[in-house]
Amino acid sequence: MKALDLDYMLGLVPVLLRYLPLTLGMAVGAMVMALVLAVILAMVRVLRVPLLDQLVQGFVSFFRGTPLLVQLFLFYYGLPQIVPAFTAINGIQAAVAGLTLHFSAYMAESIRAAILGVDRSQWEATQAVGMTQVQAMRRIILPQAARVAAPTLLNYFIDMIKSTSLAFTLGVTEMMGAAQKEAASSFRYFEAYLLVAIIYWIVVELLSVLQRRLEVRMSRAIAR
Amino acid sequence: MIEVRGLVKRFGGGAPVLNGIDLAIERGERIVVIGPSGTGKSTLLRCINFLDRADAGTLRIGDLAVDVARATRAQILAVRRRTAFVFQNYALFANRTARGNITEALVTVKGLSKAAADARAEAILGDIGLLDRAEAYPASLSGGQQQRVGIGRALALDAELILFDEPTSALDPEWVGEVLDLMRRIAEAHQTMLIVTHEMQFAREIADRVIFMEGGRIVEQGPPAELFDNPRDPRTQAFLRRVR
Repeated sequence: MKALDLDYMLGLVPVLLRYLPLTLGMAVGAMVMALVLAVILAMVRVLRVPLLDQLVQGFVSFFRGTPLLVQLFLFYYGLPQIVPAFTAINGIQAAVAGLTLHFSAYMAESIRAAILGVDRSQWEATQAVGMTQVQAMRRIILPQAARVAAPTLLNYFIDMIKSTSLAFTLGVTEMMGAAQKEAASSFRYFEAYLLVAIIYWIVVELLSVLQRRLEVRMSRAIAR
Repeated sequence: MIEVRGLVKRFGGGAPVLNGIDLAIERGERIVVIGPSGTGKSTLLRCINFLDRADAGTLRIGDLAVDVARATRAQILAVRRRTAFVFQNYALFANRTARGNITEALVTVKGLSKAAADARAEAILGDIGLLDRAEAYPASLSGGQQQRVGIGRALALDAELILFDEPTSALDPEWVGEVLDLMRRIAEAHQTMLIVTHEMQFAREIADRVIFMEGGRIVEQGPPAELFDNPRDPRTQAFLRRVR
């Protein structure tokens, strides 16, 4: 056997790239939902909504305190045994749901910290002019917090893309699953896994460029 | 008319910062509050606007009467919508331009259309001499310009009472003049004003009444000529000797 079969690897590129849309689709879908959920969770914590605040704390604690893989297994293999309705969920849906919950917990904490980082005088100014809490949050506080949180949230998105590879353990043939299948039939594990690593790497690097540009633009928006 | 009765405020378990403040303000009256630091002058203003919640007392603005200790969220909002506040540190909305700072509450609180709010902002920006900086964000304005926008934001609300909390204390000396000039013009238009300041000369010029506070109480009050030139209470005399 050759040390590294480059021809095999090149031939595999189009095969694996066919699964890139699924990988990115799961990541984008989970990211959008996680973002919405995280803003709501952060809001509950910042406004200290009674009862809900404790529930959210428990939620965040659990999803940050246990491995994503365990959560996915619990969700996909475990839950349907207790709640039969969950049998209808396929691997992709379970993976997206798991990623959403897991990352929303982390993102909620970042958003919460960013909101609390907005200067107290900004809150007081909204109160003094007679704005409601909701108006203040939506128009003054959140936009400022978003600038602070954006780089961190983009990091989570990058992490999310890589974490979609775990969907393969739920039987989903995404990029990692496809690589695994190809490797299993050709016995060229190194080439297949190296290639899948390179593809993830390139995608993440492209996003990092975007991230740096966004940071420059966002800092410019306020300090003109 | 605006009336404060028996206002008491404690922070934590310590001695009261406000220890029974009674104050009646006539429409169009310009009142300046002076006194040593830490005597509750700013707290008085903040309690009137519910930025701090007083522990006891009543507040009346026209036909709106509120027991401050039991004020509901709706009552607090109603009080805030009849008053305006100018902050020592300006507290401009960092994500809004000079114009946006003025239009923000006009649209969200007063329910004006975007066009009507812009027209009002245009007029205010002219009044405060910042038409040419309308699209600038606070971070790129000088301290004096920021405070003028802060005052413009308060003016735009057509409040029955504008509270000024040491509006020039955070400014570099070079910007104090322009802010005081603007406040002078507002005073000439007979806007009801309650001003905490250390600018004694300014107080003497524009105040209808000067209040001297110490230890959370109003010690002495009267027309500026009387209070500055013939203070009766020894504490007032001592304070005025120190600041001169």
